[in-house]
Amino acid sequence: MTRPDVVVIGAGIVGAACAWFATRAGLRVTVVDRGAVAGGTTGAGEGNLLVSDKPPGPELQLAQLSARLWSELAQEIRGFEYEPKGGLVVAATPASLDGLVALAEAQRRAGVDVRAVASDELADYEPWLSRKLLGGAFYPQDAQVQPMLAAARLLRSARMAGAEVRLGVEVGALLRDGDRVTGVRTGTGDIAAAAVVNAAGVWGGEIAGMAGVKVPILPRRGFILVTEPLPPVVRHKVYAAEYVADVASSGAGLQTSPVVEGTPSGPVLIGSSRERVGFDRTLSVPVLRALAAQAIELFPVLAEVVMIRAYHGFRPYCPDHLPVIGADPRAPGLLHAGGHEGAGIGLAAATGLLVAQVLSGGATDMDLSPFRPERFG
Amino acid sequence: MMDIFIFDGRRIEFRPGQSVGAALVNVGMRSWRRTRLTGRPRGIFCGIGVCFDCLVEIDGTPNQRACLIPARAGMVVRRQEGDGHGHLTV
Repeated sequence: MTRPDVVVIGAGIVGAACAWFATRAGLRVTVVDRGAVAGGTTGAGEGNLLVSDKPPGPELQLAQLSARLWSELAQEIRGFEYEPKGGLVVAATPASLDGLVALAEAQRRAGVDVRAVASDELADYEPWLSRKLLGGAFYPQDAQVQPMLAAARLLRSARMAGAEVRLGVEVGALLRDGDRVTGVRTGTGDIAAAAVVNAAGVWGGEIAGMAGVKVPILPRRGFILVTEPLPPVVRHKVYAAEYVADVASSGAGLQTSPVVEGTPSGPVLIGSSRERVGFDRTLSVPVLRALAAQAIELFPVLAEVVMIRAYHGFRPYCPDHLPVIGADPRAPGLLHAGGHEGAGIGLAAATGLLVAQVLSGGATDMDLSPFRPERFG
Repeated sequence: MMDIFIFDGRRIEFRPGQSVGAALVNVGMRSWRRTRLTGRPRGIFCGIGVCFDCLVEIDGTPNQRACLIPARAGMVVRRQEGDGHGHLTV
């Protein structure tokens, strides 16, 4: 085995994107994961690529770059159900409509394609949508992918271009030379490398700790309900304007706001909930009940539909709700790519490209300072 | 004297405690649904409620697992078309 240039820790969507872009940049890449491909948060979400839920700022810029990259990857790599179907954000109260209109205007100035939708136009977008809504905004740049397929396809493409993917290999320590990180120590031996990328998702804080640095990535639990397969009754990603405020909040208690979307295979996915309960995997019936009730308020037709299952996972979030991307000056050789919270699938492509640009020592397409790992003090 | 339910107009005899799926298999039926995308035949596969292959419409409700639902006298069971929710197509 030749010594890789880069070890990527984590075979989720972010690790897969880092591996793909780094390999494409000509680097020799080894990916390790203690579990399976997409075994963590990547396999527990909906696969959203959203610009609509982000106010102007560095995260929106990252999402805009990522949206462009995903549409290219859909041509280049294929096979992961990329659907550029657009997002429809709806408001049920005058206050939420005012908030949505203001957000949309600010996003438009930041280059987002957004169209106001009057209440009597909503049915043209979504025939089954509640007639009680006051209006909305349509975002044609919102898209969706099947996230597990996307991670698997990215990794396969990286492997075909020379990368190595080692699953069931757990990193127990980082190899050090002073402050410098020089590789990983695993249950099946050491792997020396010029750089190590921490793409361990909700467990990224633990990897950082192995280098003696603090990166506060914490789990925020979310549930998703899955309906029986249906005809395309939900055409876009549809969610309530309150969702944006929920995502941006820092409360520990349970928050729910309706997010509803169809899938190419027929089931409708219903979110969203967020609560800080550590890694507690207990199924919560009250949360599922709240999700179902809110979805029926948006789409009354769902009241006659059967839920066949639910799943849940842990979004990796940082206290300031921005991801951590780039080299860690406290531990040269270590880069972080994580903390994307519920937007990791969408932001993965840009994150992978930027990490590859840092690894190659060139200019980055975006200023990375808002995402710097040492910002938490 | 056995009880009966109706499957697509046909009288199906069953013994108390038998599932809808068991009763259908008992009268020689191997498949009663076609897959949504490629139209392949499906009937009982796992027999324990896991695979969702044996779906039927029972008394107007689609996507019922024939292997799990106990047969009851007078039930009206129908072959399911597609996802069973065709009336929601717009």
